[in-house]
Amino acid sequence: MNRAMRPLLATTAIFALAYLAAILQFPAMLSTRVLGNFLTDNAFLGIAAVGMTFVIISGGIDLSVGAVIGFTTVLIATLIMWANMHPLLAFAIALVVSAAFGAVMGAAIHYLKVPSFIVTLAGMFLARGGASVLSPDSIGITHEVYTTISKSYILLPGGGRLTIIGLVMLAVFAVCMVLAHRTRFGSYVYALGGNETSAALMGVPVARTTILIYTLSSTLAGLAGIVFSLYTSAGYSLSALGVELDAIAAVVIGGTLLTGGYGFIAGTFIGVMLQGLVQTYIVFDGTLSSWWTKIVIGALLFMFILLQRLVFSASARAPGRKALWKT
Amino acid sequence: MKRLNWKGALLRPQFAALAAVLFINWLLFPGFFDITWQDGRLFGSLIDVLNRGAPVAILAIGMTAVIATKGVDLSVGAVMAIAGAVAAVMVTNGTPAMVAVAAALLVGLLCGLWNGVLVTFLDIQPIIATLVLMVAGRGLAQLVTEGSIVTFSDPVLIFIGTGSLLGLPMPTVIALCLMVIATLVVRRTALGLLIEAVGVNRSAARFAGISSRLLLLLVYTFAGFCAATAGLIVAGDIRGADANNAGLWLELDAILAVVIGGTSLLGGRFSIPMAVVGAMIIQAMNTGILISGFSPQFNLVVKSGVIILILMLQSPMASQWLSRRFAPAPLRKGKST
Repeated sequence: MNRAMRPLLATTAIFALAYLAAILQFPAMLSTRVLGNFLTDNAFLGIAAVGMTFVIISGGIDLSVGAVIGFTTVLIATLIMWANMHPLLAFAIALVVSAAFGAVMGAAIHYLKVPSFIVTLAGMFLARGGASVLSPDSIGITHEVYTTISKSYILLPGGGRLTIIGLVMLAVFAVCMVLAHRTRFGSYVYALGGNETSAALMGVPVARTTILIYTLSSTLAGLAGIVFSLYTSAGYSLSALGVELDAIAAVVIGGTLLTGGYGFIAGTFIGVMLQGLVQTYIVFDGTLSSWWTKIVIGALLFMFILLQRLVFSASARAPGRKALWKT
Repeated sequence: MKRLNWKGALLRPQFAALAAVLFINWLLFPGFFDITWQDGRLFGSLIDVLNRGAPVAILAIGMTAVIATKGVDLSVGAVMAIAGAVAAVMVTNGTPAMVAVAAALLVGLLCGLWNGVLVTFLDIQPIIATLVLMVAGRGLAQLVTEGSIVTFSDPVLIFIGTGSLLGLPMPTVIALCLMVIATLVVRRTALGLLIEAVGVNRSAARFAGISSRLLLLLVYTFAGFCAATAGLIVAGDIRGADANNAGLWLELDAILAVVIGGTSLLGGRFSIPMAVVGAMIIQAMNTGILISGFSPQFNLVVKSGVIILILMLQSPMASQWLSRRFAPAPLRKGKST
């Protein structure tokens, strides 16, 4: 067994055990209906978390994703409802805007040598502020494209529905797994996270890669915004508040090291599903209040961090202690 | 000597920025500097800035110490919510106010201690260690208040949030006291130096005989204490504990205040009074946007503009450009001072 895969296997095993425990208590949870809803309800979080995985593998952090999601929903809503634009054109504009936003943040991180934490914090304020300047109120979206998309799904055996947005998330995960593990860009990302100086000396184009990483993260956040607007049929500047934290939690639970240089896109998928499982379990239980979700996710996060510690101190070549921020 | 003066001037752009923001406020609202004495306390926009900025200033005091050790504390907003919830629930259950206040502060200390233990003994990166409490903390606060907004009419708690001492609003007095005490403690003892040493290089500091673990524990516990104090003020101000919204995003404002105050995010250089000035700049901007009649939505946009400006000014690129542009000739020859 490949030693490097251990955290991924541990995460998968824990998810399977948790799901098994949930099924034993509520047999109804074992159905394609629940699984289909898992995918639909967490699609936006999953897509945003994929981008976050790239950023974290490269040794950075992106705090702006939730705000970019919020901004995108408002932008799409204003374009469709106020400018009478076709949704597909609005989606394209939203993706371009969010990509440009990420590129600027990446450039600021690389050229100004400012910690990604601070640049993306500024980006978060800017995107949330921009969204509320566009419209402080929630805008409902009514368009036949929206109703068509929300009505179309693939019927799974057992009555489950695989919606378009669920499929989009699965596609994003598939494409990004290839991107991370089978392309030159992916290797550059891992190299950057390992050690930026060594990466530069080995010929990794640091500037281009950094900018591309944050562009990718923001574009995926924009896509998550599109999915979120399809999911809620509305644009609201405060939507997806705090999603960046859920995304970071999913990435960490998925076995990616926050020091960078090590991680899995597939792990992030499990991380997202585990968060969905907690939410669904609490809904099924009925006696637990919604705040338990936060507490349980916090506890899960803690558990997985401990797990990573144990796994990595057990392996012979433990990654060295690193600074919180790269200079 | 000349170089020192130049650097000394560079260290104080915060005051210039504060003056500029206040000046713009005065242009927007000519009565901005008017201060009146009424019912035994001072009133006026300037006093309001001091009053409203106090919670962030208090958070920033704790955050400065944490950031000086190359850490960050994301959980302060959640700790504020927990402390407010604990105090409010205890008071409504008939506990004497002083006990409730002490319990809330103790809870804050414990939260900080938890963060500190994660950072020091489990060796988890600060941003992640405190993320755990940031995610779970609001849930815990809701658990304490059972999901509702707990209101109270206890005079002591309300005094902490809205009372006044010597004419100054109570939050301001608390923030000032904390700032003075914290600054004296770190600057009149070796503590500040030790914190900076840990921030620059933790293992080197340990080899030099500094018990960095104890120091880090202390710093995070102090940040938790500051957060609990801010939480009490906010709860007293609205006469209730709102687990969902108390202190929401204030951790980011506090970090921003610290950054504006010139504390290096890479550790090793910090200034508590300057972080408080940073908090005042943020609050003065908030107030300015409010009185200017712009919708508060512009608040975040302006704030991000200011962060970007500060980042650009603090970046190595800018300082290189500045030193090339303005450095006196002898310096360029590489003469060391």
